Amino acid sequence: MRKPSLLAVAIGLIPFIGMCFSVGWWDRVSPMVFGLPFNLFWLILWILLSSGCMAFANRVEERRKKDQPL
Amino acid sequence: MKPSTVAISVIFFIVFVASVVGFRAGAGRKMNLEEWSIAGRSFGLLFMWLLMAGEIYTTFAFLGASGWAYSRGGPALYIMAYITLGYVISFYILPYIWELGSRHGLQTQSDFFEKRYCSKGLALLVSLVGVLFVIPYLQIQLTGLGIIVQVASFDQIQRSTSMLIAVCLVALFVFFGGMRAVAWVSVIKDFLMILAALSIGIYVPVHYFGGVGPLFHTLSTTHPAHLVMPGATKTMGHLWFISTVILSACGFYMWPHTFGAAFTAKNGSILRRNAIVTPLYTISLVFILIAGFAAVLVVPGLANGDMSLLMLARKSFPPWFLGVIGGAGALTAMVPAAIIILTASTLFAKNVFRPIFAPQMSEDKVSKLAKAMVLVLALISFSLALHSSSTLVALLLLGYAGVTQFFPGVVLGLFWPRVTAIGVTTGLVAGLATIATLMLSHRDPFHGVNAGFLALALNFAMTVFVSLATPVQANPLPLLTDLSRVFKTKALS
Repeated sequence: MRKPSLLAVAIGLIPFIGMCFSVGWWDRVSPMVFGLPFNLFWLILWILLSSGCMAFANRVEERRKKDQPL
Repeated sequence: MKPSTVAISVIFFIVFVASVVGFRAGAGRKMNLEEWSIAGRSFGLLFMWLLMAGEIYTTFAFLGASGWAYSRGGPALYIMAYITLGYVISFYILPYIWELGSRHGLQTQSDFFEKRYCSKGLALLVSLVGVLFVIPYLQIQLTGLGIIVQVASFDQIQRSTSMLIAVCLVALFVFFGGMRAVAWVSVIKDFLMILAALSIGIYVPVHYFGGVGPLFHTLSTTHPAHLVMPGATKTMGHLWFISTVILSACGFYMWPHTFGAAFTAKNGSILRRNAIVTPLYTISLVFILIAGFAAVLVVPGLANGDMSLLMLARKSFPPWFLGVIGGAGALTAMVPAAIIILTASTLFAKNVFRPIFAPQMSEDKVSKLAKAMVLVLALISFSLALHSSSTLVALLLLGYAGVTQFFPGVVLGLFWPRVTAIGVTTGLVAGLATIATLMLSHRDPFHGVNAGFLALALNFAMTVFVSLATPVQANPLPLLTDLSRVFKTKALS
C-alpha cells in the first residue's frame, strides 16, 4: 500500500470544511428543516456526505491500484 | 410484581444472555496471545464494523451525549462531528498501520512505536501514558453502568453492587474468550442500542409534543439560546467547537484499544471500506441527542445531566421496556470496558513488564500474565469508579487530550521518513506537560480554545523542529513499493 494520493487526501478535507470549519455559518436554529434545528439537520446531512466522500476516495485509491500495480 | 423487579429482571436477563454468548465465542479455540488479543488478524468487514462500533458507542455516547444536550445544549453537537471526522481520518491511517502490523508482527500501539523508532524508552513511555489515560475511560464505563442500573431499579440496587457484578462478568468473558468474545457480545449490544435510541428518540417527542418539529419549536421559544453554541455554557463557542472537534477526531484512533483494533482486520482494504460504512452509524446518536433536548422540557432540573436519558425513559415507558433500555445501556458499558481491559492487559504484559523485568519471557508466559492482569485491572477500575465524582464528558475530554498526543508520532512515523525518536519523545513530553499544566489548573478551555488542541499543536511543532535538528534516523518500517512485490511473489509461488 502506498501513501494516499493527493486527490484522496483532498477529498478527505471536504468533510472537515463541511462539519468543522464552517461552524460559524451553520450553527443556527432557523430555518428548521424536517422539524430539526438547522445545525442538527446540517450535521446529519454531512454524515451522509462524509460517507459519500469516503466511498469516492476509496474508488480513487482502488483505481490507482489497478492502473499502476506495484 | 413491583416495577423495579420487572426492570431489574429484564436487565439481568439481557446481561446474562450476552455473557453466555461471550463465553461460547472463545470456547474450543487454542488461545495464543495473537488469537486472544487481536483475534488472529481474522476479522472481515462485518466483524470489523461490529468491533469498531462496539468500542466507540460506549456509555458515553448513551448517557454523556444526552447529558450534554440536556445540560449544555448546542455544544453537544461536537460529538456528531468528531465521530464522523474521526472515521474520515481513519481512512488515511488505519490501512497503513494494519499493513505494517501484519508485515512486522505488531500487536499493540507500543509495538508500533518500538519498531518504528527503534526506541525501547519511547515505547515504554507510550505504554505507560496509554494505560494511564485509558483508566479514566474505563472508569466512565463503570460509572455509567452504575447510573443505569440505579435508575432502572428505581434506586433499589446500589451503584457499587451493579458495578461489581458487571466487572466480574467482563473480566470472565475477556479472560476466557478474548477479542472474539467481545465482538460477539457487541452484536447483541449494537442491536439493542439502536432499538433503544430509536424508541426514545422517536416515541418521546411524539408522545409529549406530537412530533420532533413541535418539540424543537417549543424549545426554541422557551430556551432560545439552548440549541446553538455556546448553549448553557459560557466558554464553549465556535472556536472551542473547531479545536475540540479536530483534537477528538485526531485522537479517535490513538487510544491503545482503538489503535489496536486495526490489527484485528483480515486485510487493509477492509479498514478503508469500514470508513465508508461506520459514519452512517453516527445517525443513531441523533436520536439520543433529541432525547436529551426533550428531557430539558420533560424532566427539568436534574442535578446530574448524565441521568437525563434514563429519567426520561423511566417517566415515559413501562418497566419492562425500561429494563430493555437499561440492558442495552449496561452492555454499552461492558463491551468497551472489555476491549479496554483486554488491550491494557496486553500492553502491560508485553510492553511494560517484559521489557523492564523479564526480557527473556516467552510469548506463552506473556499471554498468561496478560490474562492475570485482566483480573487486576478489573479490580483497580472498580475501586476507582467507587470514588469518582466527575461527570462523564469531563473525564473523556481529559483522556482524549492525553492520547491524542500520540498523533504526531503515528502520522509522521507513517508518512515522513525524516522524523526521529528524539523528536517524537520531545513533542510527546511537551504536549503532555501542556495538558497537565492547563487542565489541572482548570484553564480548559484556554481563551476559548480546547487546551488539548493547544498541546497537540505544540507537540507537532516540537516533533518537527527537533527531528530536523537531530541526525537522520533510518526508517525500519517504510511504506514501500518494492517489499510488497517480494511478498506477492512469495504468496504466489
